[in-house]
Amino acid sequence: MQKFEKFMGIVCPLGRSNVDTDAIIPKQFLKSIQRSGFGPNLFDEWRYLDRGEPGMDSSGRPLNTGFVLNDPRYTGASILLARENFGCGSSREHAPWALLDYGFRVIIAPSFADIFFNNCFKNGILPVRLEEKTVEGLFAQANGPEALRIEVDLASQQLKPEGGEGIGFEVDPFRKHCLLEGLDDIGLTLQHVGDIRAYEQRRRAEAPWLFFHS
Amino acid sequence: MQPKTLYDKLWESHVVREEADGTALLYIDRQLVHEVTSPQAFEGLRLAGRKPWRAETNLATPDHNIPTRNRDRGIEDPVARTQVETLGANCADFGITEFRMDDPRQGIVHVVGPEQGATLPGMTVVCGDSHTSTHGALGALAHGIGTSEVEHVLASQCLIQRKSKAMLIQVEGKTGPGVTAKDIVLAIIGEIGTAGGTGYAIEFAGEAIRDLSVEGRMTVCNMAIEAGARAGFVAVDEKTIDYVKGRPYAPKAEDWDKAVAWWRTLHSDAGATFDRIVTLKAAEIEPQVTWGTSPEMVVSVSDRVPDPAQEKDPVKADGMRRALAYMGLTANTPISEIPVDIVFIGSCTNSRIEDLRAAAQVAKGRKVAANVKQALVVPGSGLVKQQAEAEGLDKVFVEAGFEWRDPGCSMCLAMNDDRLEPGERCASTSNRNFEGRQGPGGRTHLVSPAMAAAAAIAGRFVDVRELGLRP
Repeated sequence: MQKFEKFMGIVCPLGRSNVDTDAIIPKQFLKSIQRSGFGPNLFDEWRYLDRGEPGMDSSGRPLNTGFVLNDPRYTGASILLARENFGCGSSREHAPWALLDYGFRVIIAPSFADIFFNNCFKNGILPVRLEEKTVEGLFAQANGPEALRIEVDLASQQLKPEGGEGIGFEVDPFRKHCLLEGLDDIGLTLQHVGDIRAYEQRRRAEAPWLFFHS
Repeated sequence: MQPKTLYDKLWESHVVREEADGTALLYIDRQLVHEVTSPQAFEGLRLAGRKPWRAETNLATPDHNIPTRNRDRGIEDPVARTQVETLGANCADFGITEFRMDDPRQGIVHVVGPEQGATLPGMTVVCGDSHTSTHGALGALAHGIGTSEVEHVLASQCLIQRKSKAMLIQVEGKTGPGVTAKDIVLAIIGEIGTAGGTGYAIEFAGEAIRDLSVEGRMTVCNMAIEAGARAGFVAVDEKTIDYVKGRPYAPKAEDWDKAVAWWRTLHSDAGATFDRIVTLKAAEIEPQVTWGTSPEMVVSVSDRVPDPAQEKDPVKADGMRRALAYMGLTANTPISEIPVDIVFIGSCTNSRIEDLRAAAQVAKGRKVAANVKQALVVPGSGLVKQQAEAEGLDKVFVEAGFEWRDPGCSMCLAMNDDRLEPGERCASTSNRNFEGRQGPGGRTHLVSPAMAAAAAIAGRFVDVRELGLRP
């Protein structure tokens, strides 16, 4: 995983609540056996006027110009501003893969669905929960004539909107450490092989039926 | 001793180690694997030169992508075929048991696991699918994970987790006739909202839950995720133990006795404390129908489509208007005046034998209405299909004008060719009414199997308790 470094990015405001992972990346694209290449199909049904299929070249497809991702103000956006319960529904990790592939590194919302929230960290995306009121304020700015730019500093847990006051945010210390260092969870877990073996030995005595065929 | 919740007991018995900040390494007893969320996980193992920690704890079957008819022709969609073949190759390479498409045990992972006794009370169960909460019906701690975590469990048999908060949802008293597990869980979601359970593990309790069969409890736990909770579960009782007994992967002989002794402790102790308690009265629950594009947008069949003009919260009212526009509905229309084009009976929520019996009871001796273009019945597994055919349910459905298909996820998420066309309206026993879920532009109304069958017969939503359609 890439290390999460301080950056300044354009904010794209997606003013809908309960955005589900089916909307983030529709099911037909889940047939891929790859981790990459989902960006052109991010929000496919909202973003294009035709029906997208895997393998289709999206560059010539008719755009839904009313959808925020197609607004020229937000070209190159790397921060997605969303409303409550973002990422609900299916556990598909293709959703963070698509967001990342498109270029989003940070998602700001008042609340996230649990599985999606967790999946973001596994892919170097920082989900930031902020108070509803603060999110409203950012929406007002991001919807203005000029795109809002925010500097994201994970180390100091600060969002700094250009020309505005810094906004602090909470992040789980373990998750923060993993993002900053670009650490692989599996490698970390496998440092505890001894503990896993000891647990299994104890458990095999207590609950032998859980150690079927072995 | 401090009284414990069922969640405490399930959690504590699986903690391998715990860090000072509360992050824990949690041991996973069973992982279910399907074709859509696993290929990148196996690829990750391969790239890192890792092997499964305990290959035998994984059980795989293709379900999301496979055709539900003409299976002798194989999978015609080349992209889907590659994915299903990739699952086969990965399972063969890594020594994982797989029930392939031609195996009578193949089916939807969440139907297959309990059916085989592969998911048991007291287990931790994961799968790269959010409806893994289904297995909580057996008194297991079961939840969906992403592909990175699928790989993590394959490689280490563990997950890095933080304990959730504990919620108790009590459904007190008895349900009226015609009110099923699906109606109970839709009413719960209507009450607490799709994010109401976020950050919680939910224990479902109360007389109405205890009265449900284990299959009914699976329907309730299945939709815990639609209330935002990754895990939902029900305490073990004699019904649970009877359900598990004799299944192929269930413990035998002295292991059985030892297991049962532990399983009988899997309930919340008297006096255990919860972070939140929600109580519903079963007698107040009527057959439910969703009207919008989120499962919380649900009303009773006797109600009308809600009016955004009555909603004070502007963001919510805006969401309602958007949902009504997508669904092609007008506020204040009686639910029973909404006609349906398609009926889908299936999915990990409602494709077990009891679901098919309930639908068949309504369909028996009746005909699908002329305005219904297609009515599908998709059993949850090959074994459910065999059982239904042994009971003659397939004939009941076919004579009434339903199509009788092979097992899979099918039109619940429309990854195969069972899908809605833009604008088509479906009475569906599945779990999600999101925009485009059953096909781009498709309009989904979630209902119970009996209500779906009734909608097929009437050509519109109708209260199963009326018209002599009582299941």
